[in-house]
Amino acid sequence: MPRNFFTLMRSSAPVGTAAPASNGALLEPPPSMKRDAADGVGVHLDPNLEAVRHEFTEEVETALQLRNVSAFYGSFQAIDKMTMPIPRNRVTALIGPSGCGKSTLLRCFNRMNDLIPGARIEGEIEFEGRNLIDPNVDAVEVRRRIGMVFQKPNPFPKSIYENVAFGARINGYSGDMDRLVEDALRRAALWDEVKDELDKSGLALSGGQQQRLCIARAIAVQPEIILMDEPASALDPVATLKIEDLMRELAEEYTIVVVTHNMQQAGRVSDYTAFLLAGEERVGRLVEFGPTQDIFTNPLDQRTEDYITGRYG
Amino acid sequence: MDGPERDTVRSLLAELWRERLQPSRPGSGRETPTGKLIHGLLFLTALLSAFVTVGIVLVLIFETVEFFREVPFIDFFGSTKWSALFAEKQFGVWALVWGTGMIALIGLAVAIPLGLMAAVFLSEYSPPRVRAVVKPILEVLAGVPTVVFGYFALLSISPVIRDIFGQDVGIYNALSAGIVVGLMIVPIIASLSEDAMRAVPRSLREGAYALGSTRMEVSLRVVLPAAFSGVVASIILAFSRAVGETMAVTIAGGGNPQFGVGPLEAVQTMTAMIVQLSLGDTPTTSIEFKVLFAVAMTLFVLTLGMNFIAQWVSHRFREEYE
Repeated sequence: MPRNFFTLMRSSAPVGTAAPASNGALLEPPPSMKRDAADGVGVHLDPNLEAVRHEFTEEVETALQLRNVSAFYGSFQAIDKMTMPIPRNRVTALIGPSGCGKSTLLRCFNRMNDLIPGARIEGEIEFEGRNLIDPNVDAVEVRRRIGMVFQKPNPFPKSIYENVAFGARINGYSGDMDRLVEDALRRAALWDEVKDELDKSGLALSGGQQQRLCIARAIAVQPEIILMDEPASALDPVATLKIEDLMRELAEEYTIVVVTHNMQQAGRVSDYTAFLLAGEERVGRLVEFGPTQDIFTNPLDQRTEDYITGRYG
Repeated sequence: MDGPERDTVRSLLAELWRERLQPSRPGSGRETPTGKLIHGLLFLTALLSAFVTVGIVLVLIFETVEFFREVPFIDFFGSTKWSALFAEKQFGVWALVWGTGMIALIGLAVAIPLGLMAAVFLSEYSPPRVRAVVKPILEVLAGVPTVVFGYFALLSISPVIRDIFGQDVGIYNALSAGIVVGLMIVPIIASLSEDAMRAVPRSLREGAYALGSTRMEVSLRVVLPAAFSGVVASIILAFSRAVGETMAVTIAGGGNPQFGVGPLEAVQTMTAMIVQLSLGDTPTTSIEFKVLFAVAMTLFVLTLGMNFIAQWVSHRFREEYE
């Protein structure tokens, strides 16, 4: 059993709000965005949304707060009015069958959808007091704060060192680059394997190593949140386990949101799980959100239970 | 672009694209009589073009050897004086290489920045609709008869140069010819570089964007380096096109085969000299006629060498993305 389950069980206070404890100033929403303090967590915000939310069993800060987030590709609506928090320093898994909008939702978090012509997001994603999908918010800045690891490892055709240093260089990092690179590679659990061949091309590594290189590359920019879009789906089981261990470790410092098709993986690595489902009109909706343990052992929605027990998907 | 160059471009492109599609060979099974006939016809046509190429090379070699029987090697490659049509004949080919090289380099200086900027724009910035219009127009530029470019140089570029550098600059000068050659080869660099840049996987761009890169950083630091081999190949091909360019430089370059002259003076390229020598009344047995082949051979070896370098570069620096 993953250790996060113990953490969850030990926590006593069932508070489900964006707790302003340590980072209050950053998390305090501007007046225009203030809502009911409990929005999105532990209660049904809007009965029409039908999403079930479990109460949190621990006190946790909110890294991102989604409110009625919808996404469109041209006239096609991919996701509809999703409201949920992303807890800070936790691993949150987005699960659901293909085409339910998991990846689309993930790509809203760092404005990657901006790169797709005709893509459009509505609603609010609150990040440190700002709505990050506001067109006035600089998408480049958002992506520097919210990193991303992709389904297929995509290292640049450059050396291992340059791959990791890339993000820091474009951000004008002026500190000790060697240390930054080493630190990022250590955190990505890749240092010991590559420390003697940093000049080698990143493409010469194995798939699992490449993916860890991509994680190191994301870490080197020192983001607050790391988004992972099925990061292990192209890897073998051993490499997959390494990535999963790494996600657990990284959650101590970063907020992690991971899209996964693999139910066992969601169960192993995540603290919180959001179950998404698309109806017949192919519009993705949030069905259920809560601590992973509750979602997996005690789903409140029949559809969640059906998916988790493998009846469709 | 002319036939053989287009073929080189095609084969290079095929290399760059790494087409793995091996055409299946239906001919290995049973064939109908009509099928056999068509098979044979196609084989003959393929053979014909191969024969033409081999024939050209053989004629070049044969006539060049004839030339060097009469004129020592050293007088050709060891001299910078050219006066093939005067009573006292000198055949220092470097006078012609100078003109060719200067015009080609001026051309590259114009075409590389313009071509690469156009390629970056088309590949990374332009909306698909704009690209769908602009790229074909750019490629049409490569189909404009080169004689038109020659007159464009004389009528539009040279006057501007004279306005800038003074009226004592001749209307025939290397700068004017070089600029117009540059304009002619912009489509080669722009089109081939753009193809190479678009072949860079989207996942690399996304990876760079996800690290907080601006579009400019993605274009210049990720896409351009990843497409480096294709870009260099396009530049070398453009260079060999500039070296082989004939009509525009014959018209605009003047007829002054002199080693060491500056860009504001008239020069003569190898190609322009070949035109001059082969016009009209040069007897086919004369030495002036034979030197034509020696010059052509030099040109041939030069452009062939450039094409080999282009091939080598595109192999050597090819980035494997997966």
